Amino acid sequence: MNQTEKKIVFVTLKEGVLDPEGVTIEKALSQMGYSDIKSVRTGKFFEIEIDASASDIDKTINEVSSKLLSNPVIENFEVEGK
Amino acid sequence: MKVGVITFPGSNCDQDMIYVLETIMEQETVPLWHKEDNLKDCDFIVLPGGFSYGDYLRSGAIARFSPIMKSIIEHANNGGYLMGICNGFQILCEAGLLPGTLLHNNNQKFICKNVHLKVINRESMITSKVDTDKAIQIPIAHGEGRYFINDEGLSLLHSNDQILFRYCNEENEVTPESNPNGSIENIAGVCNEGKNVFGMMPHPERASDLNLLNVDGKALFESILV
Repeated sequence: MNQTEKKIVFVTLKEGVLDPEGVTIEKALSQMGYSDIKSVRTGKFFEIEIDASASDIDKTINEVSSKLLSNPVIENFEVEGK
Repeated sequence: MKVGVITFPGSNCDQDMIYVLETIMEQETVPLWHKEDNLKDCDFIVLPGGFSYGDYLRSGAIARFSPIMKSIIEHANNGGYLMGICNGFQILCEAGLLPGTLLHNNNQKFICKNVHLKVINRESMITSKVDTDKAIQIPIAHGEGRYFINDEGLSLLHSNDQILFRYCNEENEVTPESNPNGSIENIAGVCNEGKNVFGMMPHPERASDLNLLNVDGKALFESILV
């Protein structure tokens, strides 16, 4: 079996885009007494296994992240190494 | 006119749309499965509402890569007419055929109710026969309907007259209270710069049969057929 490499992609909402889920969580935390927490933003992460011998792994991961995993109108993405 | 209605896995308003086009509007209507690769010479394509691919990832994000989308993008780029309702609107935004995108409603709830709409662009292909002196009543049914676009995109919508509908009250006044989902500037529907691709969250096909006691949506289909 070919060795695979693991890549993690984080997708977050851009600044200025309202995140109602994050706001709800932040309100719940403040209700629980965590008054020092001022803001919560939610996001997604994806664990991707890619054939370690593939060429241009970084290029492929960047491509799928911008084409499908995130929507550039509202989201940013970041790729984390092995 | 020959109208094509696309069914994606998870579409659930396709049959309502076919019924309105075929039985009420008496048009030749062709059901098209998302795996097909041509549009069978249809003049007007409708992407109906529903929950394609279970709304996984982002609503419309996966359907946007269905095989038939290649032909749809080509059709749109050649000036062909195309309309997306609800999930269809989300798919067209994901495909980049319409500006902006649709996010979770600001109250995090699925909203299913009648709303009022003010027609903003009175000359578009889908609004030309609508009585614009009063608000039209059309139902919405969505969890992800908050229209969002950045400032630059918004000013382009204004300058190109691309805003079709805004949520309003019964008196045809656009107010913060009449905005059901937090959409920017109460926007409920837009078109592309070429004025051949249309998208809206409300469901005109659910307001086109007299048996349902509301035919405000029918004027949109009448506009298309002029």
